[in-house]
Amino acid sequence: MEILYAVLIITAVGFVFGIILSVASVIMHVPVDEKVSKIRECLPGANCGACGYTGCDGYAEAIASGEAEPYKCTPGGKATSEALSELLGVEIKTEQFVAVVGCNHGLDKANVDYLYEGRQSCASVKLLYGGQLQCKYGCLGFGDCVNVCDYDAIKIVDGIAKVNREKCVGCAKCAKTCPSSVISLIPYDTKVTVNCHNLEKGAVSRKKCSASCIGCMKCTKVCETGAISVENFLAHIDTAKCINCGKCAEVCPQGCILVH
Amino acid sequence: MFSNVIPILLAGLLTENMILSKFLGICPFLGTSKKIDTAFSMSVAVTLVMIIATAVTYPLYAYVLTPLGLQYLQTLLFILVIAAIVQLLEITLKKYIKSLYQALGIYLPLITTNCAVLGITMLNFTKGYNYFDSLINALAAGLGFMLAMVIFAGVRERLDRSDIPEFLKGLPITLIAAAIVSLSFLGFAGIGG
Repeated sequence: MEILYAVLIITAVGFVFGIILSVASVIMHVPVDEKVSKIRECLPGANCGACGYTGCDGYAEAIASGEAEPYKCTPGGKATSEALSELLGVEIKTEQFVAVVGCNHGLDKANVDYLYEGRQSCASVKLLYGGQLQCKYGCLGFGDCVNVCDYDAIKIVDGIAKVNREKCVGCAKCAKTCPSSVISLIPYDTKVTVNCHNLEKGAVSRKKCSASCIGCMKCTKVCETGAISVENFLAHIDTAKCINCGKCAEVCPQGCILVH
Repeated sequence: MFSNVIPILLAGLLTENMILSKFLGICPFLGTSKKIDTAFSMSVAVTLVMIIATAVTYPLYAYVLTPLGLQYLQTLLFILVIAAIVQLLEITLKKYIKSLYQALGIYLPLITTNCAVLGITMLNFTKGYNYFDSLINALAAGLGFMLAMVIFAGVRERLDRSDIPEFLKGLPITLIAAAIVSLSFLGFAGIGG
Protein backbone atom coordinates (compact mmCIF):
# COMPACT_ATOMS: atom_id res chain seq x y z
CA MET A 1 0.00 0.00 0.00
CA GLU A 2 2.80 2.35 1.02
CA ILE A 3 4.45 2.21 -2.38
CA LEU A 4 1.15 3.33 -3.87
CA TYR A 5 1.15 6.45 -1.69
CA ALA A 6 4.69 7.22 -2.74
CA VAL A 7 3.86 6.93 -6.42
CA LEU A 8 0.68 8.93 -5.95
CA ILE A 9 2.39 11.78 -4.10
CA ILE A 10 5.22 12.16 -6.58
CA THR A 11 2.77 12.00 -9.48
CA ALA A 12 0.45 14.50 -7.83
CA VAL A 13 3.23 16.99 -7.04
CA GLY A 14 4.64 16.61 -10.53
CA PHE A 15 1.19 17.07 -12.02
CA VAL A 16 0.42 20.16 -9.94
CA PHE A 17 3.74 21.82 -10.80
CA GLY A 18 3.27 20.83 -14.43
CA ILE A 19 -0.07 22.60 -14.52
CA ILE A 20 1.28 25.64 -12.68
CA LEU A 21 4.19 25.91 -15.10
CA SER A 22 2.07 25.55 -18.21
CA VAL A 23 -0.46 28.07 -16.93
CA ALA A 24 2.36 30.46 -16.01
CA SER A 25 4.02 30.12 -19.39
CA VAL A 26 0.73 31.01 -21.09
CA ILE A 27 -0.12 33.91 -18.79
CA MET A 28 3.37 35.34 -18.74
CA HIS A 29 4.17 34.65 -22.34
CA VAL A 30 6.62 37.21 -23.67
CA PRO A 31 6.04 37.56 -27.38
CA VAL A 32 9.32 37.16 -29.22
CA ASP A 33 9.41 39.58 -32.09
CA GLU A 34 9.64 37.69 -35.37
CA LYS A 35 11.86 40.44 -36.68
CA VAL A 36 14.36 39.84 -33.87
CA SER A 37 14.75 36.15 -34.60
CA LYS A 38 15.17 36.85 -38.31
CA ILE A 39 17.82 39.48 -37.67
CA ARG A 40 19.49 37.12 -35.22
CA GLU A 41 19.78 34.49 -37.97
CA CYS A 42 21.76 36.91 -40.13
CA LEU A 43 24.34 37.59 -37.42
CA PRO A 44 27.40 35.35 -37.08
CA GLY A 45 26.59 34.20 -33.53
CA ALA A 46 30.12 34.68 -32.22
CA ASN A 47 28.82 36.78 -29.29
CA CYS A 48 32.06 38.74 -29.40
CA GLY A 49 30.52 42.03 -28.31
CA ALA A 50 32.30 44.11 -30.97
CA CYS A 51 29.01 45.92 -31.66
CA GLY A 52 28.87 47.12 -28.07
CA TYR A 53 25.89 44.99 -27.06
CA THR A 54 25.77 41.97 -24.76
CA GLY A 55 25.95 39.52 -27.66
CA CYS A 56 24.29 38.70 -30.94
CA ASP A 57 20.88 38.41 -29.24
CA GLY A 58 21.23 41.80 -27.63
CA TYR A 59 22.35 43.39 -30.88
CA ALA A 60 19.48 41.79 -32.83
CA GLU A 61 17.00 43.28 -30.36
CA ALA A 62 18.66 46.67 -30.61
CA ILE A 63 18.44 46.62 -34.42
CA ALA A 64 14.80 45.55 -34.33
CA SER A 65 13.88 48.36 -31.97
CA GLY A 66 15.70 50.85 -34.18
CA GLU A 67 18.14 51.69 -31.42
CA ALA A 68 21.25 50.47 -33.26
CA GLU A 69 22.47 50.84 -36.81
CA PRO A 70 22.76 47.56 -38.69
CA TYR A 71 26.40 47.92 -39.72
CA LYS A 72 28.06 47.54 -36.34
CA CYS A 73 28.87 43.86 -36.74
CA THR A 74 32.51 43.98 -37.81
CA PRO A 75 33.36 40.25 -37.60
CA GLY A 76 30.38 39.46 -39.84
CA GLY A 77 31.80 41.84 -42.41
CA LYS A 78 30.25 42.31 -45.79
CA ALA A 79 28.19 39.09 -45.84
CA THR A 80 26.31 39.98 -42.67
CA SER A 81 25.70 43.55 -43.73
CA GLU A 82 24.31 42.45 -47.08
CA ALA A 83 22.01 39.90 -45.49
CA LEU A 84 20.78 42.50 -43.04
CA SER A 85 20.22 45.16 -45.69
CA GLU A 86 18.18 42.69 -47.71
CA LEU A 87 16.10 41.81 -44.68
CA LEU A 88 15.50 45.35 -43.48
CA GLY A 89 15.20 46.86 -46.96
CA VAL A 90 17.69 49.64 -46.26
CA GLU A 91 20.95 50.51 -47.85
CA ILE A 92 23.85 49.82 -45.57
CA LYS A 93 27.20 51.35 -45.91
CA THR A 94 29.66 48.72 -44.96
CA GLU A 95 32.73 50.08 -43.38
CA GLN A 96 35.56 47.70 -42.70
CA PHE A 97 37.53 48.62 -39.62
CA VAL A 98 41.03 47.55 -38.69
CA ALA A 99 42.99 47.90 -35.50
CA VAL A 100 45.97 50.20 -35.39
CA VAL A 101 48.64 50.34 -32.70
CA GLY A 102 49.16 53.98 -31.80
CA CYS A 103 52.79 53.63 -30.80
CA ASN A 104 55.98 53.43 -32.78
CA HIS A 105 58.85 53.26 -30.33
CA GLY A 106 60.60 50.20 -31.79
CA LEU A 107 63.49 48.63 -29.95
CA ASP A 108 65.92 51.44 -29.19
CA LYS A 109 63.84 54.62 -29.39
CA ALA A 110 62.02 54.54 -26.06
CA ASN A 111 63.86 54.89 -22.76
CA VAL A 112 62.94 52.57 -19.95
CA ASP A 113 62.62 53.20 -16.21
CA TYR A 114 63.58 49.66 -15.27
CA LEU A 115 64.13 46.22 -16.74
CA TYR A 116 61.17 43.96 -16.15
CA GLU A 117 61.74 40.27 -15.57
CA GLY A 118 58.44 39.25 -14.01
CA ARG A 119 55.42 37.58 -15.58
CA GLN A 120 55.51 38.28 -19.31
CA SER A 121 52.23 40.15 -19.56
CA CYS A 122 51.36 43.78 -20.32
CA ALA A 123 48.71 43.76 -17.58
CA SER A 124 51.30 42.71 -14.99
CA VAL A 125 54.00 45.18 -15.99
CA LYS A 126 51.40 47.96 -16.12
CA LEU A 127 50.81 47.46 -12.41
CA LEU A 128 54.47 48.23 -11.67
CA TYR A 129 54.81 52.04 -11.91
CA GLY A 130 52.64 52.09 -15.04
CA GLY A 131 55.01 50.00 -17.14
CA GLN A 132 58.70 49.68 -17.82
CA LEU A 133 58.77 52.51 -20.38
CA GLN A 134 59.35 56.08 -19.33
CA CYS A 135 56.48 57.03 -21.63
CA LYS A 136 53.38 55.80 -19.84
CA TYR A 137 51.28 55.98 -23.04
CA GLY A 138 53.23 53.47 -25.12
CA CYS A 139 52.99 49.86 -26.21
CA LEU A 140 54.45 47.64 -23.49
CA GLY A 141 55.24 44.87 -25.94
CA PHE A 142 54.43 41.75 -23.92
CA GLY A 143 51.68 40.77 -26.32
CA ASP A 144 48.45 40.58 -24.31
CA CYS A 145 46.79 41.64 -27.58
CA VAL A 146 48.45 38.75 -29.45
CA ASN A 147 46.96 36.28 -26.96
CA VAL A 148 43.37 37.49 -27.36
CA CYS A 149 43.40 37.80 -31.16
CA ASP A 150 41.30 35.04 -32.72
CA TYR A 151 42.52 35.82 -36.22
CA ASP A 152 46.30 35.75 -35.80
CA ALA A 153 46.33 39.32 -37.04
CA ILE A 154 48.60 40.95 -34.48
CA LYS A 155 52.23 40.21 -33.68
CA ILE A 156 55.05 41.65 -31.60
CA VAL A 157 57.79 42.91 -33.88
CA ASP A 158 60.87 44.55 -32.30
CA GLY A 159 59.12 44.94 -28.98
CA ILE A 160 55.98 46.54 -30.33
CA ALA A 161 52.61 45.22 -31.54
CA LYS A 162 52.00 45.30 -35.27
CA VAL A 163 48.64 44.67 -36.94
CA ASN A 164 48.30 42.71 -40.14
CA ARG A 165 45.64 44.81 -41.88
CA GLU A 166 44.60 42.02 -44.24
CA LYS A 167 43.91 39.53 -41.45
CA CYS A 168 42.32 41.97 -38.99
CA VAL A 169 38.51 41.91 -38.89
CA GLY A 170 38.13 44.83 -36.50
CA CYS A 171 36.61 42.95 -33.57
CA ALA A 172 38.35 45.31 -31.12
CA LYS A 173 39.29 42.54 -28.69
CA CYS A 174 42.91 43.73 -28.64
CA ALA A 175 41.82 47.33 -28.08
CA LYS A 176 39.80 46.26 -25.03
CA THR A 177 42.63 44.11 -23.65
CA CYS A 178 45.48 46.61 -24.00
CA PRO A 179 46.16 48.06 -20.51
CA SER A 180 47.73 51.15 -22.07
CA SER A 181 44.74 51.69 -24.40
CA VAL A 182 47.19 52.16 -27.23
CA ILE A 183 45.18 50.22 -29.84
CA SER A 184 42.27 51.85 -31.64
CA LEU A 185 40.06 51.08 -34.64
CA ILE A 186 40.19 53.07 -37.86
CA PRO A 187 38.41 52.60 -41.19
CA TYR A 188 40.28 50.25 -43.52
CA ASP A 189 40.46 52.98 -46.16
CA THR A 190 42.50 55.25 -43.93
CA LYS A 191 46.13 54.51 -44.65
CA VAL A 192 47.84 57.29 -42.69
CA THR A 193 47.98 57.19 -38.90
CA VAL A 194 49.68 59.02 -36.06
CA ASN A 195 51.48 56.28 -34.17
CA CYS A 196 51.87 58.00 -30.84
CA HIS A 197 49.61 58.55 -27.85
CA ASN A 198 51.82 60.75 -25.70
CA LEU A 199 50.01 63.83 -24.38
CA GLU A 200 53.02 65.44 -22.72
CA LYS A 201 54.82 68.54 -23.95
CA GLY A 202 57.23 67.99 -26.82
CA ALA A 203 60.34 68.64 -24.73
CA VAL A 204 59.24 66.10 -22.13
CA SER A 205 58.09 63.40 -24.48
CA ARG A 206 61.15 63.72 -26.72
CA LYS A 207 63.43 62.89 -23.78
CA LYS A 208 61.45 59.75 -23.07
CA CYS A 209 61.13 58.46 -26.61
CA SER A 210 62.71 59.52 -29.88
CA ALA A 211 59.64 58.46 -31.86
CA SER A 212 57.08 60.53 -29.96
CA CYS A 213 54.81 63.20 -31.36
CA ILE A 214 56.12 66.54 -30.06
CA GLY A 215 53.25 68.67 -31.31
CA CYS A 216 55.44 70.72 -33.70
CA MET A 217 52.48 71.38 -36.05
CA LYS A 218 54.51 70.70 -39.20
CA CYS A 219 51.96 68.14 -40.36
CA THR A 220 49.02 70.54 -39.92
CA LYS A 221 50.75 73.12 -42.14
CA VAL A 222 51.44 70.71 -44.95
CA CYS A 223 48.00 69.05 -44.92
CA GLU A 224 45.90 70.25 -47.87
CA THR A 225 42.53 69.14 -46.57
CA GLY A 226 42.89 70.35 -43.00
CA ALA A 227 42.50 66.82 -41.70
CA ILE A 228 45.19 67.09 -39.03
CA SER A 229 44.82 68.97 -35.80
CA VAL A 230 47.12 69.11 -32.81
CA GLU A 231 45.59 68.92 -29.38
CA ASN A 232 47.42 68.34 -26.09
CA PHE A 233 50.70 68.21 -28.01
CA LEU A 234 49.48 65.26 -30.05
CA ALA A 235 48.54 65.23 -33.75
CA HIS A 236 45.18 63.76 -34.67
CA ILE A 237 43.98 62.77 -38.15
CA ASP A 238 40.32 63.22 -39.02
CA THR A 239 39.65 60.05 -41.04
CA ALA A 240 36.70 61.66 -42.82
CA LYS A 241 38.88 64.41 -44.33
CA CYS A 242 42.14 62.50 -44.88
CA ILE A 243 42.88 61.72 -48.53
CA ASN A 244 45.87 59.46 -47.77
CA CYS A 245 48.34 61.69 -49.61
CA GLY A 246 51.05 60.94 -47.05
CA LYS A 247 52.59 64.42 -47.07
CA CYS A 248 52.37 64.69 -43.32
CA ALA A 249 54.40 61.50 -42.94
CA GLU A 250 57.14 62.99 -45.09
CA VAL A 251 57.58 66.12 -43.00
CA CYS A 252 57.20 64.55 -39.55
CA PRO A 253 60.59 65.07 -37.85
CA GLN A 254 59.97 62.28 -35.35
CA GLY A 255 58.74 59.78 -37.92
CA CYS A 256 55.67 58.96 -35.92
CA ILE A 257 53.17 59.40 -38.75
CA LEU A 258 53.12 56.21 -40.81
CA VAL A 259 51.62 55.26 -44.17
CA HIS A 260 50.37 51.67 -44.07
CA MET B 1 10.50 33.81 17.76
CA PHE B 2 13.24 36.24 16.88
CA SER B 3 15.79 35.09 19.43
CA ASN B 4 17.16 32.53 16.98
CA VAL B 5 17.66 34.97 14.14
CA ILE B 6 21.13 36.26 14.99
CA PRO B 7 22.70 32.86 15.83
CA ILE B 8 21.27 31.41 12.61
CA LEU B 9 22.51 34.32 10.53
CA LEU B 10 25.97 34.10 12.09
CA ALA B 11 26.12 30.36 11.54
CA GLY B 12 25.04 30.65 7.92
CA LEU B 13 27.48 33.46 7.18
CA LEU B 14 30.56 32.27 9.04
CA THR B 15 30.70 29.12 11.13
CA GLU B 16 28.62 26.89 8.89
CA ASN B 17 29.24 28.60 5.59
CA MET B 18 27.62 26.60 2.81
CA ILE B 19 30.69 26.52 0.59
CA LEU B 20 33.68 26.91 2.87
CA SER B 21 32.57 24.77 5.83
CA LYS B 22 30.02 22.35 4.40
CA PHE B 23 31.59 22.07 0.93
CA LEU B 24 28.27 22.27 -0.88
CA GLY B 25 27.89 24.18 -4.13
CA ILE B 26 31.54 23.78 -5.12
CA CYS B 27 30.63 23.69 -8.81
CA PRO B 28 29.39 27.30 -9.06
CA PHE B 29 32.09 28.28 -6.55
CA LEU B 30 34.78 27.23 -9.04
CA GLY B 31 32.81 27.85 -12.22
CA THR B 32 31.41 31.35 -11.77
CA SER B 33 33.97 33.00 -9.51
CA LYS B 34 36.25 34.38 -12.22
CA LYS B 35 34.85 37.89 -11.91
CA ILE B 36 33.30 39.66 -8.96
CA ASP B 37 30.18 40.82 -10.82
CA THR B 38 29.26 37.38 -12.20
CA ALA B 39 29.94 35.88 -8.77
CA PHE B 40 27.57 38.42 -7.28
CA SER B 41 24.79 37.77 -9.83
CA MET B 42 25.07 34.04 -9.26
CA SER B 43 24.88 34.49 -5.50
CA VAL B 44 21.76 36.67 -5.75
CA ALA B 45 20.07 34.00 -7.88
CA VAL B 46 21.07 31.22 -5.46
CA THR B 47 19.84 33.17 -2.43
CA LEU B 48 16.50 33.85 -4.10
CA VAL B 49 15.98 30.21 -5.05
CA MET B 50 17.08 28.96 -1.61
CA ILE B 51 14.45 31.04 0.17
CA ILE B 52 11.62 30.17 -2.21
CA ALA B 53 12.59 26.49 -2.26
CA THR B 54 12.59 26.37 1.54
CA ALA B 55 9.23 28.12 1.68
CA VAL B 56 7.67 25.45 -0.54
CA THR B 57 9.48 22.27 0.54
CA TYR B 58 9.03 22.77 4.30
CA PRO B 59 5.21 22.42 4.32
CA LEU B 60 5.41 19.56 1.82
CA TYR B 61 7.75 17.63 4.08
CA ALA B 62 6.10 18.48 7.38
CA TYR B 63 2.46 18.05 6.35
CA VAL B 64 2.56 15.51 3.53
CA LEU B 65 5.60 13.25 3.80
CA THR B 66 5.93 12.97 7.60
CA PRO B 67 2.30 11.98 8.39
CA LEU B 68 2.47 9.27 5.73
CA GLY B 69 5.90 8.07 6.87
CA LEU B 70 7.40 8.67 3.45
CA GLN B 71 10.46 10.71 4.51
CA TYR B 72 12.67 8.67 2.19
CA LEU B 73 11.03 10.45 -0.77
CA GLN B 74 12.62 13.70 0.41
CA THR B 75 15.46 13.86 -2.13
CA LEU B 76 13.32 12.96 -5.12
CA LEU B 77 10.49 15.31 -4.21
CA PHE B 78 12.76 18.24 -3.32
CA ILE B 79 14.64 18.05 -6.61
CA LEU B 80 11.33 18.00 -8.45
CA VAL B 81 10.10 21.02 -6.51
CA ILE B 82 13.33 23.01 -6.91
CA ALA B 83 13.43 22.36 -10.66
CA ALA B 84 9.85 23.54 -11.02
CA ILE B 85 10.48 26.65 -8.88
CA VAL B 86 13.52 27.65 -10.90
CA GLN B 87 11.50 27.32 -14.08
CA LEU B 88 8.67 29.36 -12.61
CA LEU B 89 11.07 32.01 -11.36
CA GLU B 90 12.66 32.24 -14.79
CA ILE B 91 9.31 32.74 -16.52
CA THR B 92 8.24 35.34 -13.97
CA LEU B 93 11.47 37.30 -14.14
CA LYS B 94 11.44 37.27 -17.94
CA LYS B 95 8.00 38.81 -17.90
CA TYR B 96 8.22 41.32 -15.09
CA ILE B 97 11.87 42.11 -14.26
CA LYS B 98 13.63 41.85 -17.60
CA SER B 99 16.79 43.56 -16.40
CA LEU B 100 17.31 41.09 -13.55
CA TYR B 101 16.55 38.22 -15.93
CA GLN B 102 19.28 39.42 -18.28
CA ALA B 103 21.73 40.01 -15.45
CA LEU B 104 21.27 36.49 -14.08
CA GLY B 105 21.31 35.03 -17.60
CA ILE B 106 22.59 31.49 -17.79
CA TYR B 107 23.05 31.15 -14.01
CA LEU B 108 19.37 30.83 -13.20
CA PRO B 109 18.75 27.50 -14.99
CA LEU B 110 22.08 26.21 -13.67
CA ILE B 111 20.78 26.46 -10.10
CA THR B 112 18.28 23.65 -10.79
CA THR B 113 20.91 21.07 -9.95
CA ASN B 114 22.83 23.10 -7.39
CA CYS B 115 23.48 20.91 -4.34
CA ALA B 116 23.67 23.93 -2.03
CA VAL B 117 19.97 24.62 -2.66
CA LEU B 118 18.98 20.99 -2.12
CA GLY B 119 21.31 20.90 0.88
CA ILE B 120 19.74 23.84 2.67
CA THR B 121 16.19 22.49 2.25
CA MET B 122 17.25 19.17 3.81
CA LEU B 123 19.46 20.62 6.56
CA ASN B 124 16.51 22.56 7.93
CA PHE B 125 14.95 19.29 9.09
CA THR B 126 18.07 17.68 10.52
CA LYS B 127 18.47 20.80 12.66
CA GLY B 128 14.84 20.76 13.74
CA TYR B 129 14.08 24.35 12.72
CA ASN B 130 10.51 25.60 12.58
CA TYR B 131 9.14 27.30 9.46
CA PHE B 132 10.32 30.82 10.31
CA ASP B 133 13.78 29.65 11.39
CA SER B 134 14.09 27.65 8.18
CA LEU B 135 13.44 30.73 6.07
CA ILE B 136 16.03 32.71 8.05
CA ASN B 137 18.45 29.82 7.67
CA ALA B 138 17.91 29.83 3.90
CA LEU B 139 18.58 33.57 3.78
CA ALA B 140 21.70 33.16 5.94
CA ALA B 141 23.00 30.33 3.79
CA GLY B 142 22.42 32.44 0.67
CA LEU B 143 24.29 35.39 2.16
CA GLY B 144 27.08 33.06 3.26
CA PHE B 145 27.24 31.73 -0.28
CA MET B 146 27.50 35.30 -1.54
CA LEU B 147 30.24 36.16 0.95
CA ALA B 148 32.34 33.16 -0.04
CA MET B 149 31.80 33.76 -3.76
CA VAL B 150 32.72 37.44 -3.65
CA ILE B 151 35.79 36.88 -1.46
CA PHE B 152 36.99 34.10 -3.70
CA ALA B 153 36.30 36.07 -6.88
CA GLY B 154 38.56 38.78 -5.44
CA VAL B 155 41.26 36.20 -4.78
CA ARG B 156 40.97 34.87 -8.33
CA GLU B 157 41.13 38.31 -9.91
CA ARG B 158 44.36 38.79 -7.98
CA LEU B 159 45.62 35.36 -9.11
CA ASP B 160 45.11 36.35 -12.75
CA ARG B 161 47.74 39.03 -12.34
CA SER B 162 50.29 36.87 -10.54
CA ASP B 163 53.27 34.96 -11.75
CA ILE B 164 52.16 31.38 -11.14
CA PRO B 165 54.46 28.38 -11.68
CA GLU B 166 53.56 26.58 -14.90
CA PHE B 167 52.44 23.33 -13.26
CA LEU B 168 50.00 25.13 -10.95
CA LYS B 169 48.31 27.31 -13.57
CA GLY B 170 44.54 27.08 -13.93
CA LEU B 171 42.57 24.73 -11.71
CA PRO B 172 45.38 23.57 -9.34
CA ILE B 173 46.15 27.04 -8.00
CA THR B 174 42.42 27.76 -7.82
CA LEU B 175 41.84 24.69 -5.64
CA ILE B 176 44.80 25.55 -3.39
CA ALA B 177 43.50 29.10 -3.00
CA ALA B 178 40.02 27.73 -2.22
CA ALA B 179 41.51 25.51 0.47
CA ILE B 180 43.32 28.45 2.08
CA VAL B 181 40.19 30.62 2.04
CA SER B 182 38.27 27.70 3.56
CA LEU B 183 40.94 27.31 6.24
CA SER B 184 40.52 30.94 7.20
CA PHE B 185 36.79 30.34 7.73
CA LEU B 186 37.67 27.51 10.11
CA GLY B 187 38.87 30.26 12.41
CA PHE B 188 35.27 31.35 12.92
CA ALA B 189 34.30 28.06 14.57
CA GLY B 190 32.93 28.78 18.01
CA ILE B 191 31.32 32.13 17.22
CA GLY B 192 27.58 32.16 17.81
CA GLY B 193 27.47 28.70 19.34
